Amino acid sequence: MSLLSYFSGEAFERGVHPASCKFTAGQSIKRMPFARRLVVPLLQHIGKPARSIVRPGQEVVRGELIAEADGWMSVPHHAPATGVVEAIELRPTARGPWAQAIVIRVHEAATQEVLWSQPRDMSALAPAEIIKAVQETGMVGLGGAAFPSHIKMAVPEGASVHTLVVNGCECEPYLTCDHRMMVEHARDLMEGIRHVMRATGVARTVIGVEDNKMDAVLALRAAVPAGAPIFVQDVPTKYPQGAEKMLIMALFGVEVPAGKLPLSMGLVVLNVGTLAFLGRLLPEGKGLTERVVTVTGPGVARPGDYRMPLGTPLSFVLDYAGAPAESRQVILGGPMMGQAIASLETPVTKGVSGILVLRKEEMTARAAEKLYPCIKCGECVQACPMGLNPSTLGMLAAKREYSVMGENYHLGDCFECGCCTYVCPSNIPLVQQFRVAKQILREKAAA
Amino acid sequence: MSATIEIRSAPHVKGGYSVEKIMRHVVYSLLPVCAFFVFQYGISALASMVVITATCLLTERFFVRTGTQSGSISDFSATITGLLLALSVPPGFPLWMGVVTGFIAIALGKALFGGIGFNVFNPALVGRAFAQAAFPTAIASYTASFLPGRFTEFIPSSLAWPLMIPPETAEWLKLKQLDALAGATPLGQWKFEGIVASAVDLMTSLGGHMAVGPSPLLIIACGAYLASRRFMDWRIPAAVISSAGLVASVLYAYNPSHFPNPLFTLFSGGLMLGAIYMATDMVTSPVTSRGVWIYGGLIGLLTVVIRYFSGLPEGVMYAILFANAAMPLIERISQPAVFGAVATKKARRSAAFSLETPASTLRESKDVVIPIKVVSNNQPPKS
Repeated sequence: MSLLSYFSGEAFERGVHPASCKFTAGQSIKRMPFARRLVVPLLQHIGKPARSIVRPGQEVVRGELIAEADGWMSVPHHAPATGVVEAIELRPTARGPWAQAIVIRVHEAATQEVLWSQPRDMSALAPAEIIKAVQETGMVGLGGAAFPSHIKMAVPEGASVHTLVVNGCECEPYLTCDHRMMVEHARDLMEGIRHVMRATGVARTVIGVEDNKMDAVLALRAAVPAGAPIFVQDVPTKYPQGAEKMLIMALFGVEVPAGKLPLSMGLVVLNVGTLAFLGRLLPEGKGLTERVVTVTGPGVARPGDYRMPLGTPLSFVLDYAGAPAESRQVILGGPMMGQAIASLETPVTKGVSGILVLRKEEMTARAAEKLYPCIKCGECVQACPMGLNPSTLGMLAAKREYSVMGENYHLGDCFECGCCTYVCPSNIPLVQQFRVAKQILREKAAA
Repeated sequence: MSATIEIRSAPHVKGGYSVEKIMRHVVYSLLPVCAFFVFQYGISALASMVVITATCLLTERFFVRTGTQSGSISDFSATITGLLLALSVPPGFPLWMGVVTGFIAIALGKALFGGIGFNVFNPALVGRAFAQAAFPTAIASYTASFLPGRFTEFIPSSLAWPLMIPPETAEWLKLKQLDALAGATPLGQWKFEGIVASAVDLMTSLGGHMAVGPSPLLIIACGAYLASRRFMDWRIPAAVISSAGLVASVLYAYNPSHFPNPLFTLFSGGLMLGAIYMATDMVTSPVTSRGVWIYGGLIGLLTVVIRYFSGLPEGVMYAILFANAAMPLIERISQPAVFGAVATKKARRSAAFSLETPASTLRESKDVVIPIKVVSNNQPPKS
């Protein structure tokens, strides 16, 4: 609606500009100590849960395989710490329902050095072997989606890919873990890109970074090996640029057809954190036992990016980062799409990019917001990056016309970025209504 | 752990807009316009404004209390209705008629549909349309502006007794040593006597004793403030004004002696007030991007057609009401294009990279030169 943004061509159409709040961008990554107990859920990714191969009472070494992949749509898990398997039992998860998890009691004197590895010569591996090796690391998309990385790299028969797109946007406010990875681990990232380019057979790589992280852009450009077809491109900062379709629009100026994957345009999209970890893990033959998580928000005394063992319970993280134990809201992920969790015993899993803690003040401010009927201001229509009509969709949701939403108003294209709810002056929880509607439609389709 | 943990659905941050804030800023932006109206017509205008707005607020309060409609008077939407209604009737509009009109505007235009967000028509215009039908003489009897003594003396029609016919203002104007013409609006003068007022006088409302509303330039300035703060959709007035201007220009070019010049059409009557404050009512305008242009264009077209070819001198009100009624249809035909719906869309020229990689370079050694449109030489930008 604003004249300026209408005439100045921006990376992709619509979207919003929430306050960036990236307070931890200037701090280097710190290491978090082991909690007394680590909880490794068997399902930390999209797909089938891994199969546990340990028994209660068994001793494990940090980096050792403790759960193997159950088929192609699954990834293995590795022991995040040296210790004893205490139990394999139901534990709370971020999504709510309890799920099977391996609980490891950490040895008092355990070191964070990974003791279990199988170094390999990457240049001797064929593409298919590299993809197999990626699956063996247990790698999933570290940007938050937690989709198994090896599936993204495996190009199906008949399709061909030409470009690897590396997503370094980190468009969510508050989060800085990808930013720090790019600044501090640029060489690892280049190494990871090299292996993935070989595995997928792409001819070039484009790294897209939002222009509020120019130090990362410079660090990456300095790290690009001479002559390598790797290009680092800064894109105008805007939420939700980190969505792969938006990033492809920003870089290549084309829309990925609705219902299709970037693969259909010859593109493979991976997150910077994923590639940087792969660059380290693949040659060393290690599994993913830790990740970098941004712990931040007004409710945290010592915010920062922490390299933390997977399975660390949130209660331990909050104590370590100095979050007072009064009433608060704890969000896994960023403030736009993150999941508010119900139990502080929820562990950090592979897909957790941030832990955001809001204080009582922010919570009461939200609770005081008055709900109005939709006044059809059209702000949501001008914010929706997918070009949907959230206003009409919201009214249909209130009438429970879910099938109309799906058939006539393209509900399936909504990726729940939350822009509509962010701008809504009537404070209607639009995106939550859409999540519910999509779930109901999914259940209907399954029935 | 005794801490309370709250669960809320994402997103956990909000943009800074709320219904109440939008409406409050619309009221702020209307204040200069109202002040100018009072400056033009004195205490009669002030009394009319206070009475009509108060009636709207009381009516809204009543229907909220009885549970008929949503919202509350604290959201300022009834205040806007009252102020706009007062600005769109003559300053000497009898106060008792103002009370009736204000009540009808909220009761029939808003509460009946369920309150804020649910009304089909702009409530202020529903009230005015009612007044047009019920009090045709009173709503057409404008008086001259900038009369001496306007701050101490009421226009006689203002204080008419309830249900009584207001006294003629023509006699009273004669006493002020002004000719009878001063009582007719510029639109009426053009329609019935063929006199076209100068566009500059119309723009400022300051030329002599013209019987007009607040200055269109002032309204544009206040609207520009609203649009710049994103409290108003600038595309609607842009569409209304350009469409009305275009149609008027075409007709003027076709027959300059019969039709007035386009500037007269744009700045006379309530076109600016209607385009900027009434057509932009969020509830009754479309939400889709193409829809607002169609909606605004329709209003501009209808306004000129009604003014030029009907018996009425003014057409803005009916044009907006028609467009309000057409809004659901407009939205239906103007649903936004979904991202990726058009499969073979040409790449935007601003894009840094091209997808068109020659097939021969695929899956080959990495020293193949890949053509890219803008060569990113991986150099830091010169800052």
